[in-house]
Amino acid sequence: MLKRLFSYYRNYKIYAILSPVMMLCEVIADVAIPMLMGLILNKVSQESISSEDIGYIATVGGAMVLLALFAMFCGGYSNRLAAKASMGAGAELREELFVKIQSFSFADVDKFSTPSLITRLTTDVNNLQQSSMMVLRMAVRSPFMFLFAFIAAAIINVKLACIFLVAVPILAVVIFIIMKKAHPRFTNFHHEIDNLNTSVQENLVNMRVVKTFVREEHEKEKFKKSNDKLTDTAINAIKLVIMNMPFMQLIVYACIIAVLWFGSSIVLDTSIGHLLGTVEENTGMMAGNLMSLITYVTQILSSLMMLSMMFLQFTRARTSAQRVLEVLDTEPSLSNPDNPIFTISDGSIEFDNVCFKYEGGTVDDTLKDISFRINSGETIGIIGATGSAKSTLVQLIPRLYDVRCGSVKIGSHDVREYDLEVLRDSVAMVLQKNTLFSGTIRENMQWGKHNASDEEIIEALKNAQAWSFVSSFPGGLDTDLNQGGVNLSGGQKQRLCIARALLKKPKIIILDDSTSAVDMATDAKIMEAFGKELKNVTTIIIAQRIRSIQTADRIIVLDEGAVNAVGTHKELLENNEIYRDIYTSQQEGVMGQ
Amino acid sequence: MSQQKFKAGQGGPGAGPNRHGFRKPKNIGKTLLRMFKYFKKNVGLLTIALLMVVFSSLAGVAGNYLLKPIINNLDTGIGSIVKDDLTDVALQAAKSRIMESLVGSLAVMAAIYALGAIFSYFSSRIMVSIAQRTTNTIRSELFNKLQKLPIGYFDSTPNGSIMSSFTNDMDNVGMALEQSLSQTITSLFTVVATFIMMLVLSPLLTVIVVLMLFIMLKIVKTIGGNSAKYFREQQKSLGDVDGYIEEMVEGQKVIKVFNHEQAACKEFSKRNEDLKHAATNAQTFAGLIMPIMGNLSYFHYAITAVAGAIMIVNPGNWAIFAAMDLGTLASFLQFTRSFSQPITQISNQINVLLSALAGAERIFEIIDVEPEENNGTVRLSAKGGGLAWKIPEQEDLVPLKGDVRFNNVTFSYVKDQVVLRNVSLYAKPGQKIAFVGSTGAGKTTITNLINRFYEVQEGTITYDGINVQDIDKNDLRRTMGIVLQDVHLFKGTIRENIRYGKLDATDNEIERAAKIANAHSFISRLPDGYDTMLTADGTNLSQGQRQLISIARAAVSDPPVLILDEATSSIDTRTERMIEKGMDSLMSGRTTFVIAHRLSTVRNADAIMVLEKGEIIERGTHEDLLELKGRYYSLYTGKIELS
Repeated sequence: MLKRLFSYYRNYKIYAILSPVMMLCEVIADVAIPMLMGLILNKVSQESISSEDIGYIATVGGAMVLLALFAMFCGGYSNRLAAKASMGAGAELREELFVKIQSFSFADVDKFSTPSLITRLTTDVNNLQQSSMMVLRMAVRSPFMFLFAFIAAAIINVKLACIFLVAVPILAVVIFIIMKKAHPRFTNFHHEIDNLNTSVQENLVNMRVVKTFVREEHEKEKFKKSNDKLTDTAINAIKLVIMNMPFMQLIVYACIIAVLWFGSSIVLDTSIGHLLGTVEENTGMMAGNLMSLITYVTQILSSLMMLSMMFLQFTRARTSAQRVLEVLDTEPSLSNPDNPIFTISDGSIEFDNVCFKYEGGTVDDTLKDISFRINSGETIGIIGATGSAKSTLVQLIPRLYDVRCGSVKIGSHDVREYDLEVLRDSVAMVLQKNTLFSGTIRENMQWGKHNASDEEIIEALKNAQAWSFVSSFPGGLDTDLNQGGVNLSGGQKQRLCIARALLKKPKIIILDDSTSAVDMATDAKIMEAFGKELKNVTTIIIAQRIRSIQTADRIIVLDEGAVNAVGTHKELLENNEIYRDIYTSQQEGVMGQ
Repeated sequence: MSQQKFKAGQGGPGAGPNRHGFRKPKNIGKTLLRMFKYFKKNVGLLTIALLMVVFSSLAGVAGNYLLKPIINNLDTGIGSIVKDDLTDVALQAAKSRIMESLVGSLAVMAAIYALGAIFSYFSSRIMVSIAQRTTNTIRSELFNKLQKLPIGYFDSTPNGSIMSSFTNDMDNVGMALEQSLSQTITSLFTVVATFIMMLVLSPLLTVIVVLMLFIMLKIVKTIGGNSAKYFREQQKSLGDVDGYIEEMVEGQKVIKVFNHEQAACKEFSKRNEDLKHAATNAQTFAGLIMPIMGNLSYFHYAITAVAGAIMIVNPGNWAIFAAMDLGTLASFLQFTRSFSQPITQISNQINVLLSALAGAERIFEIIDVEPEENNGTVRLSAKGGGLAWKIPEQEDLVPLKGDVRFNNVTFSYVKDQVVLRNVSLYAKPGQKIAFVGSTGAGKTTITNLINRFYEVQEGTITYDGINVQDIDKNDLRRTMGIVLQDVHLFKGTIRENIRYGKLDATDNEIERAAKIANAHSFISRLPDGYDTMLTADGTNLSQGQRQLISIARAAVSDPPVLILDEATSSIDTRTERMIEKGMDSLMSGRTTFVIAHRLSTVRNADAIMVLEKGEIIERGTHEDLLELKGRYYSLYTGKIELS
């Protein structure tokens, strides 16, 4: 997993390498400074000091100042490089994810669900970026600080350095135990937060229902329960991690006291040695060195603390990384064939014993043994109750999903043989759940044809019976569809979506319940325009209203995923019970038939 | 109407923490005072915790100070004790003497340090409890307040912004209470105490400290300012990218159908690049303060060490200021190390505290919104087997029948934009009244007024002859059932959802209600039957099935007045016919208000009101209206559009 993630630094390699190197320089300087300070103090602690020594002190002091400035520069620059590397790699990752999702088929999107994909692209990538930043800063800093400070301590006095060999494992084990115990509690805590947020969100969305049923008190009780539970789990989790800091303090203090106690003894021995002349002047451990050691205590133990924090961040990042990689590892379930066909001869469609089911869906097939043929230029209506798989059926034509068995053919070739882009360019589809995007009406229309001229757009809008209202907007084609812009009615949105599809100049056009909010008269006008302008285009119309399809060349009646009957309006009225049923259920509202 | 979703642009609900942006608290004093009110019952504990915090920070300072005698002991050391008696015995005796004296100092030091650590633990333990309990209280208060707010508030405030108060604002407040408060106090006391100690140890060296302090504050301010600036830029870009992601991923299927993948990737790439630059800058400044302040303290340390050493070596020149010895210098140096860290801390914590205050302010703003008024005094009371209205100071109870009248009602949501004009209508108990008209004609507004989601501005509405404004709102609403177009169900089982209509309904009652709504048959076919869990996004049931559940929920509450607001528009005509019988039995004996798009649904109403621009332009039975050959006739024959 790590290796995969590292690959995103490829364009930022220099930064990603240089940043730790700079950090290393900072650490070395930071460890050297207390050492130099020890030298100064040692000099001071000597019995007799000459004015020459002042020069020495000033030199060492100057070196310290330079080192500090050097460390400051290295630290700052390392941080800048880390930011470049992390944010750069994060941007690459985000982009690759986005591109990957663009390559997903409908089935892949269904598998992850839209909200989950959004979270992965936003929250998870941000998490990873933050962690990368932290790791680049601390993953290098802490272990090196730890190592160098320890070496420095050992150089001063090996015996005293052994104190760390006792203290560090104790601190590490205790932190480890605390973290390990805290982890499940935090998972629990975050789970409760999610629960609470979901229930608040639900309450807000359902406020009208709450008020109508006068369930405010009931809701308050429900909330109190999850709120109290959240508080309990929160305290339960946090009370563990707050032990980290005091414990670390205890160990640091214990180390300082141990260093002072054992160190003092050694320092006294040194001065005895100096007095007796058994230890050469200016050598051995002196009071100044003791002070350096005390500084190292803080450096060593706080780097250990940082390390533990890093691991905590790391576990959080791991979940995000897994979720992100899961997306990246998904091979789009639909791909272009090896030697694709680039031309579609005509708009004829043939379903040959097609069966289909959604991944992870029901046990039974959603579509069962469907066979029929549509001639190029024909207009076909599809009707059936909710859940009869009308939308599923037509989504197989532009290969939004692949069949489980049988085949769907366009222009006598299996749709799986065509180049996907060519196929989808030739099949225009107005989805049931359709979306217009932020931007102007013109920009939205140009989705259908990216360089469409105003004349072309207006023609399409006219055919979709949308020009009348678009031209009434003060901004016309430049009207912004952003939030807070124009308030389009459902029928108006549907007509814009139809116009957008028309601009593709397709061989086949599919309207999936796309005029449900359009009034009957306008609906009829759209159909009329279709009949005139799209004579050679195969048209498939899914509708709830029989009126929308009764003039079709043929009508397919679907029932629970199977073709129940095919025929003209007249034939079906005579022979098909379901069709007749639907007809009568709608007939009562219509006069003058 | 279709279930089309028109979602464009950014900043929709659920936008998450990234969209919130920065806001400075408007009135720090007032908000602080109000926050303190929440601590009232914890004031004792809070005081103890804060005293402990103060003690533990002073302990750290005192410990450093104790270095002075220890190091001095070592320094003056053996030489001064043994004088010229350089025998082994004398030297060892001198060493033991010094070590013995060390025991005392070290023991004191150990005790102070240990107490400091223990106090720091207990203070944070107390603070965690206080913080969690306080946020619990505020959260409850906020939620309970929301339950009291009028529908108008929710219609005009995006859910996302309320949610953000529950999540971000609450988090910020909790975080500030839990950590920042005690950390700021710790840092403050450490800085002040350290400074005093340094002044005591060596006023001369403290001059350097003051200079350094000046530089540090300047740096903190500069970096902090830049950091905030670039952070805002980053948040803006992030909001932009996240918004684009949301829009494109939601519209993914349309993108596929239009082969628009590459264009989307290109556009994304541009925004992503902007974000990268902004984020790199923001992170650069955010991470700069640590190395700069940390190393500045080493710089400070070096200067102090040199200056101190010179003072020790050349005491004569400096004696007028203070004598300097090795122990003093050691201890002073230790202080310089621990001086810069709390300053960095404070500068970080102040930002946290400010955003917490801003969050608290937002929360309080919601808590302060005027609640829905409920000054009706007419209450429901049981009478015989049924219910009746009890009017204060009136002996006789008014039986609950469901007689609703509108007398010249005029209403507008926004001043001067009249939605209903002079509407009068009369629904006799048990009658079915239908409303027909375009979007925005005022159909839903009529139902909003009946159950007093909004209050009429002119005219009156009466219920069983009583002005609805005199009736207790809760009791008024208890007598009404509602089925809305957008199905609103709760997470939980089907059974729990139906029971929402009547909390003490038995399983039998629930089943009976489901049968009325024609939902029983499909529910029984589900593997878990009535115990089937409804998922949050409701993917396991069709829209129509979910609607049937909400109809059953209305049925189980058995209200005398029923409001069906486009209740069957998401069900296909054939299924609608199948549940028609259920709907008929649900409506029978109840006053029903039906809003429908499909005219076939309203055909058998006792009276149909055709609304246009807030006025009833036609009214009568289906036959009457057809004969009239007016607006209804054209709608019915499909000549004009209902938008």
